Amino acid sequence: SSHEHKLNFKKSKEACLSYIQDAMLQQQWKRAAEFLTFYIESLEKDYSREPIGPSEMIWRIGTEILCHHSHSSMREFNCFIEQMKTLGIKRYLKVCLEHVFHLLCNGQIDEAYQNLSLAESWRFGEQTAIQDKEMKLIQAYKGLLDYYSWSKQKNILLEHGPDGFADLSVEQEMHSSFRKAAVNLKEIIKIPGVWDLFVKCYVDMLEFYGDHNEARQVLNEYAYNSKFPANPNAHVYLYEFLKRHGESKKSLISALKILHDIAPSHELMIDFNTMLQKSKKRKKRRLGLEVIFAALDYAGWKENVKAWSCLARQVKQIVISDKHLDWIKQEWNCRKDWWPAFHFSRYLAKRNWQENKSLSYQKALVAGILLGKDCKYFKYVSHQGCKAQVKRFRMLKKLVNRHNPIYLRISS
Amino acid sequence: RDFNERCAQCSEVNWGLTDGGRYYCRSCHNVTERTREVVNTDFITNSRVQTISKGLKKQEKTDGGCEWYICEGFQLVLKKQAEALQALGVCPQMKDEILCNFWRCYLQKSKQAYCKRPAGETVKALSVCESSTDVDSEPERPSFLHLLSLSESEGDLQTDCSFASSMSKVSESTSVYSGSVDGSLYLMKNQKEKLRMTMPMTLSFCYMALLWSREPITLSELLRFVAEGHIPYLNVFQHFPEKMKLCGLDLKIFCVESWPVYEEVHNKMLELAAFLDLPRFPDITDSCFLHPDMLCIKYLMEANLPDELHIWTCRVVKKIGIGEVDFLTLEPGNKSTRKVKYDILAAAVIVVALKLLFLLDDHYEWLLSDFAEERNKNNKEGGLYFEFKKWYEVVKHSLDVEQKKLDEERAKYLWRCEKPLFYSVKNKSKVLKRRQMVVNLQNQFGKLSGSVPRAEKPNPSSFQLSWSEEDTDGNCFHRHSLKGVLQEKRGLLTAMNPDYWLCTVKLCNEKLCGHLAHYREVDFPQSYHFVLRLFSFLLRIQPSYIHDEVCMIEHKLFNKKLYKKLKYNTVLRK
Repeated sequence: SSHEHKLNFKKSKEACLSYIQDAMLQQQWKRAAEFLTFYIESLEKDYSREPIGPSEMIWRIGTEILCHHSHSSMREFNCFIEQMKTLGIKRYLKVCLEHVFHLLCNGQIDEAYQNLSLAESWRFGEQTAIQDKEMKLIQAYKGLLDYYSWSKQKNILLEHGPDGFADLSVEQEMHSSFRKAAVNLKEIIKIPGVWDLFVKCYVDMLEFYGDHNEARQVLNEYAYNSKFPANPNAHVYLYEFLKRHGESKKSLISALKILHDIAPSHELMIDFNTMLQKSKKRKKRRLGLEVIFAALDYAGWKENVKAWSCLARQVKQIVISDKHLDWIKQEWNCRKDWWPAFHFSRYLAKRNWQENKSLSYQKALVAGILLGKDCKYFKYVSHQGCKAQVKRFRMLKKLVNRHNPIYLRISS
Repeated sequence: RDFNERCAQCSEVNWGLTDGGRYYCRSCHNVTERTREVVNTDFITNSRVQTISKGLKKQEKTDGGCEWYICEGFQLVLKKQAEALQALGVCPQMKDEILCNFWRCYLQKSKQAYCKRPAGETVKALSVCESSTDVDSEPERPSFLHLLSLSESEGDLQTDCSFASSMSKVSESTSVYSGSVDGSLYLMKNQKEKLRMTMPMTLSFCYMALLWSREPITLSELLRFVAEGHIPYLNVFQHFPEKMKLCGLDLKIFCVESWPVYEEVHNKMLELAAFLDLPRFPDITDSCFLHPDMLCIKYLMEANLPDELHIWTCRVVKKIGIGEVDFLTLEPGNKSTRKVKYDILAAAVIVVALKLLFLLDDHYEWLLSDFAEERNKNNKEGGLYFEFKKWYEVVKHSLDVEQKKLDEERAKYLWRCEKPLFYSVKNKSKVLKRRQMVVNLQNQFGKLSGSVPRAEKPNPSSFQLSWSEEDTDGNCFHRHSLKGVLQEKRGLLTAMNPDYWLCTVKLCNEKLCGHLAHYREVDFPQSYHFVLRLFSFLLRIQPSYIHDEVCMIEHKLFNKKLYKKLKYNTVLRK
């Protein structure tokens, strides 16, 4: 008969692991450490057939415990990690990298740099090739720390101004840091991935040295290379770069277009809409309306005065000119069922009026146009506004009254 | 080298060796001055190995090790275990006479069958002599055991690679590596017929000797003591002397990584008893500890049940004849009798008694309990009536606490010890380095564990749950009365409960599927499951094994009624 309930080494250690797991989930670090001591002898047993062996378990669990336990110190942590490095050659660089992260999080920049240099020079037969990805990351982070040095040195120079010889060594160091950083940063951003920080730093250095072409190429690659994952930040960086260098509205708009597609709630949508509204091209103005409506679909924008004023301006302009009402109709069509409750409830009317008169003004304008003068929001706000004898609210009332029938056409 | 000289006194060539390593003539006891380099024998205190060897002679190895055979290792293990049992209070005869004789008998029966030698092998005669007294005074004692020799060279045995773990580099070479002389041979497949000795079997030996001497230790207790560390089992090789080097395939034999299970040890014991052609064991009478009436007393106490329940367990035992000497005593040769597991049997008797009195159908027992509670509230004189509900709450609480402790202990077992083990010299340094790292890490995290030092081994105790009658909380039920569930009928005390439900209407064929019945918790009342769980914890076995015994008892108890057609009803009227 099978003795499935028989207690053996493997089962005992599995049970031990689950106790460790429970303790960790409940933040009982002493208890977790206690059970870990009993788990550790698994290292003496062969687990080559398991996907995750005890050495990896112990590394990960031990790291967690040492991070959180009140009595553990960085010195203990470092000592532990050094032992972990010897345990699994196949994981060596990964352990190094995570060690570096931990050092950085604890402000030990120099130690982190030392570890990165050590790791960079590690060679171990075919393992070096197998762990190529980790190696690239190590070099990238080293590059990042080189950038950090460069940045510090640059600031020193800028502070003291051109002071002659005293700063020559700093300047030389600065250039050397740049070279070291550039080599590594350039490499990592070639690989498809999300490298925001590395890109920013690299571009920062390139701009400083006046290599705008290279910078633009890097940013274009990062934003438009289809092999790279869709990344709103890539487009933001490119846009900001183009803006810094006074590029044309046309290129700025094209830079923001994809951003709108992947992140319609991005804060730059206001800038985008502003540019689009002013455009002479009809298509662009149409897009502008789409952009601002899309942005206000998001809860985070509900109380954004600027956004509402953009929308209000554009809606007002369309209504007054009586051209392109169908644009509003199209945009309103999929929103008429839920925007009223979302933006234009009576509760919100009261709150907006209390907290932010400008906000309520802009919203009231939009509400009045879209829902007519009898809608809750507009009625309340305009009544309050007129009562308070604020001029623009009186104007608003007139405007909406004049164009009242429009809402019927819009919502039909 | 052979000592072939003729004896000066009697001209015979029949030499033995004295303690001092001198040759003496067995025929006339003439001691010569001739000595020979003797393999260091001081590690085996229970027996002496005398070798008159032919052919290649192994010197003491350069690393300070010596030759040793697997059976010598097991002999040491048994010795240590027996000593531990003695320290627990077992009589010395168990070790010195009974166990010893069993072991010798085993060696004789098994080693004589070591005949699968290719033709032309040299024969090395080994005689093992009892040395409880001075050897010199009993030179005539015949060497009644013979060990046939093994091939001297290790190189021509193919390793069975499935035995060596991937840590060993044995597969690189075809030579078999073991510290012992016959490690590899021991593991070769054709040993199965000869009841090859294993670590779990050492416990079978112990239990067999305990049973023969009728010591008051049940098998479940023995195994519990082993698991608690009072009897050497795991890492017992630590006690091997320095010179007995353990490595390579020896590890496969002596290093266990699981706790032996009741059924395994029990079955092996039966096999062993048959193998050794043992006669009927000493009678288990009603004054023996292992008799169900006696064991029931112990278990009733431990389960915190009223003493009065003992009357009922005795009645059950008497009614179905399981208290008879012939039923209880082990007869290894008799294949037809069902072999008795004393502890499980006693526990099952209690379960049946509880079912008789309380029905345990998740309704009746609570009903009875309510009545008892009422009565206890209103009437404090004449002692308390037993309330099932209160008992359940108290015992469940303790059981849960102890079970939780046990589960944690099991997760905390340390399987390795300080003595390092390696499969081959090649990975010795690797193993030592690894061991060092383990120790370092244990220390590091041990400090972070808080100030909880590893609790000392608890003193071995016969009782895992104890209930004090002085307990003012009223948590001890021993003195409680069963009057609440009994009634008088025609001058006899019977249970108020008129019903009984059978665990199973039909018993399975144990020989085919290993069980008499198949227990699934969901199929049975929770009260029943609780009771099983309680004894399952006390005996450290699966509930299904107690359930099997319960089924067996019930079928004996209600034999007549069952026989009469009651296939459709599972509820009987008593």
